Amino acid sequence: MKGHHAVPFLTLRGCVLTDTHPDLVCRDLTKDFDGFRAVDNVSFEVPKGSFFSILGPSGCGKTTLLRMIAGFQSPSHGDLLIKGASMIGVPPNKRPVSMVFQHLALFPTMNIGDNVGFGLRQRGVGRNDIARRVEAVLERVGLPGVSARRIDQLSGGQKQRVAIARCMVLEPDVLLLDEPLGALDLKLREHMKVELKSLQAAFDTTFVYITHDQSEALVMSDNIAVMNHGRFEQIGPPHEVYHNPDTAFVAGFVGDANKIDATVSSVDGPKLTLTSNAGTRMQVEAAQSNLSAGQATQIFLRPEAIELSKSSDSFESNQNVSKGTVNAVLFNGANSSVIVRDPAGNLISVAMPQTGSFAELREGDEVFTCWRPHKARCYPAPQV
Amino acid sequence: MKSTLVTSLVVATALAAPAANADTLRLLTWGGYAPEEVIAKFEAETGHTVEVTTSNNEEMIAKLRATNGGGFDLAQPSQDRITSAQEEFGIYKPMDMSKVNADLFIPSMLKATAGNTTFEGEVYGLPHVWGTSGLVVNTAQAGDVQDYTDLCDASVAGKVSYRLKRPTLIGFAYSMGLDPFAAYGDTAKYQDILNQVEAKLTDCKPNVKTYWGGGDEIKNLLRSGEVVASMAWDTGGWQLNADNPDITFVAPDSGALGWIDTFVLPARGRADDAAYDWINFVMRPDIAAMITNTAGNFTAAVDGDAGVSADLKARYQGSFDQSAIDNIKWYPPVPAGLEALEGATLDRINAAN
Amino acid sequence: MTSDTSKLGFYLLLAPIFLWLVLLIILPHIGLFMVSISEKIGPREYQTGFGNYATFFGEPLYWRTFARTAIMSILATALTLILGFPIAYYIAKLTRGRTKTTLFLMCMIPFWVSELVRTFGWMILLRETGVISTTLQSLGLISGPVELLYNDAAIMVGLVYTSILFMIVPLVTTLDSLDDSLIEAGYDLGGTTTSIMREIVIPHAMPGIVSGCIVVFMLSLGNYLTPILLGGKDSLWFTGMIYTQFITRFNWEFGSALGFLLLALSSAIVFLGLKMSRQSLSDTMGRT
Repeated sequence: MKGHHAVPFLTLRGCVLTDTHPDLVCRDLTKDFDGFRAVDNVSFEVPKGSFFSILGPSGCGKTTLLRMIAGFQSPSHGDLLIKGASMIGVPPNKRPVSMVFQHLALFPTMNIGDNVGFGLRQRGVGRNDIARRVEAVLERVGLPGVSARRIDQLSGGQKQRVAIARCMVLEPDVLLLDEPLGALDLKLREHMKVELKSLQAAFDTTFVYITHDQSEALVMSDNIAVMNHGRFEQIGPPHEVYHNPDTAFVAGFVGDANKIDATVSSVDGPKLTLTSNAGTRMQVEAAQSNLSAGQATQIFLRPEAIELSKSSDSFESNQNVSKGTVNAVLFNGANSSVIVRDPAGNLISVAMPQTGSFAELREGDEVFTCWRPHKARCYPAPQV
Repeated sequence: MKSTLVTSLVVATALAAPAANADTLRLLTWGGYAPEEVIAKFEAETGHTVEVTTSNNEEMIAKLRATNGGGFDLAQPSQDRITSAQEEFGIYKPMDMSKVNADLFIPSMLKATAGNTTFEGEVYGLPHVWGTSGLVVNTAQAGDVQDYTDLCDASVAGKVSYRLKRPTLIGFAYSMGLDPFAAYGDTAKYQDILNQVEAKLTDCKPNVKTYWGGGDEIKNLLRSGEVVASMAWDTGGWQLNADNPDITFVAPDSGALGWIDTFVLPARGRADDAAYDWINFVMRPDIAAMITNTAGNFTAAVDGDAGVSADLKARYQGSFDQSAIDNIKWYPPVPAGLEALEGATLDRINAAN
Repeated sequence: MTSDTSKLGFYLLLAPIFLWLVLLIILPHIGLFMVSISEKIGPREYQTGFGNYATFFGEPLYWRTFARTAIMSILATALTLILGFPIAYYIAKLTRGRTKTTLFLMCMIPFWVSELVRTFGWMILLRETGVISTTLQSLGLISGPVELLYNDAAIMVGLVYTSILFMIVPLVTTLDSLDDSLIEAGYDLGGTTTSIMREIVIPHAMPGIVSGCIVVFMLSLGNYLTPILLGGKDSLWFTGMIYTQFITRFNWEFGSALGFLLLALSSAIVFLGLKMSRQSLSDTMGRT
């Protein structure tokens, strides 16, 4: 994490607390294992009824964090409050949270009704009452009348909904979801994203969702925490995280970005002049980058921030314009992109304009790329 | 003089024989009856090879019955178990006395065994090793045990052991003043004796620590002091005596039970010549003494006791004075079907509470 | 053409198991049955009939011995399950990697020596002048020697010890296949250790429990050495009785009948056990 020391990690920007009693509060939560720290001083609050995602690559500590919230692991230090009450020392079966497991963990020896009713049975609810509530919750997830069926008679999406119903029937304060969509095929996953979001809205329960898939996090969440090496790099609403990443890691991990290594040539207030390692000069506006002349830097540029043109005439003077050749055209419907090789030989990914004006673009064609100085994000390069 | 001549004759014939037809002798016998050194000597002299399977009376008969008398060339069951087995299962073949050197055998024993193993006019058995079963007692702790029924005395309660086998029935019957051997031919009378013995042994059951099954087991029990008096074989008592002078074999007042283990030829044995060679070899006085020294029991070989260790002779004489020897009850042949009656009795004793 | 060749291959592959079944299982049992229905009426004279079976049911001694053996075997099976389940659970769920292998191997160590040696080991421990009695005396816990051998409890100890591995192996296999997240889900949904055991772990392990129980029950019922060596003067065991009939009494006919009855009655008990635990044999054998 060297090189990021200048970046404030625990920004709660965007996570505006409208509720005085957030459902879930973590304070300086830390988990040490033999020889390494899986979760490192993480603090955050999740307001009631919101969808909170923890996004990070595998091994970043998000699962450990989730398991601490569920109670399967106890923090080395720090505090964890649910509805204002500390959960330290409270076993998982006494916590007002429920968890949807990665592989759902439906009990294969029980039918669907017994699966959903398991939690109620543990609470000693009467048999008729259980049957009624199980049927009600199954209806809410859109699976009425399946109580008597076996688990293996359900499709993947239906199992997903049963797993959620099994938790929701207990009316938990917080529902934890551990990458439950990971095992589904793409089409179903896209469908379930929408469905999960609408289920969350329907139940009006706080969801804490962990995933390594940025698209899942961006689509469903009210707030996203981006996690890396046990720390939260940024917390904020999806658009904030996407458009104003706080750190180089967030910029690189959330969404696609072209990364350019460069050196600061001069600083003029918010305006920086940079020279890429390949020798191209660039103008960048970055108000709070804290960069000084001579410093190594990384520039992140979204593919959709770059404009394509067949001539350089239309560009305004303060833009970064360069000439290149089309290296490849990647057709992917609305997400089509063009890979452009600049004179220095770097490959740059550019979003294909939706106008259709570049439909004829072929490999080897000459094009001009252009981007506005305020579209790029600059961060100090990690010291190696 | 005579025996040396015989010996050298045997050696001469033995030496002359081998090259022509060296065989494998499959011997079904008791532990100790075919020591390694004897086998080595036999193989060197005759060129035959010997494969030994050790067993006991019942298993010998069961094994031979399973193969209709095959699989072995020479077996050594006790003499009382030959005619009934032959009558029931036909697992033996008669002895060809012309191939046996009768001079090596003590004549009275040879004659008695021949009488006891004759079935339908043919002789099936030759005597080999003989011994007795009686009492093995720790004289320091249970000196009063002089007869089988003394095992049921309160003074030795919980420190007694015997087998749940037919010798126990016979021994107790004698000790109770009955004569089971005389009743062998009369099923009703024998059943009456068995009923009395059954009642006695059922009463005696609380006195018993455990019914022993194998020779090593009873020796362990006596050696450790967990059992102070038991029914057992004479050799076991003498072996224990070597370690602990208090323990020894006692010939019971009502008589030790005498047995003679024999040579018999299984019906489908393949190496009869090798079997006769073995018989004539092990009955030589020097070999017989070697066997006595390992097995602990004396043989029917003429002068067979000459080479026996002085210790063993002393122990034998300590247990048997002349009247005790005269009082030995030798097992007569068991009539076929008698074991079924005894078996039922033993089962009932075992199940009784 | 192809179907002919594949058919030939199928029959060739089938041949060994077919031969094994016929030569080593079916034929001997037919032979045994034929012997069991011949009644002895005199030396070398037999007639066909079910007299030997009638003897078993007519003489209380025999069926009582069978009942005793069966009840003790069921008890031994239950004890083995009670002892083996926590061990298997520990091995399968609470250890991993090398510790798991080591523990599993340690369970197998007693099986590197013969059953006879293992039983003798217990005799050395339990006998009046044995290790336990001597230790208790030297610790001053008891005043005189105590005999722990030659009773039904000693038989139990021996049977459980002899057969516990055959309970642990199928249990470890089924418990291994239980996803840890199912147990965590149970806790997460408010379950207690007891309710999770009852509702999640045991139902999942049921095929292993049943197959372990079948094997242990059959092993105990068919055990010969342990009851003979460790048992007391009243400890009749059914296999001992069969041995006696075959070897000591030369009564192969009755012995065969007893052997057949052992097969039939033990199968009936296993069938009842499967019915009561609502498991099917194919489930039990297929899943472990």
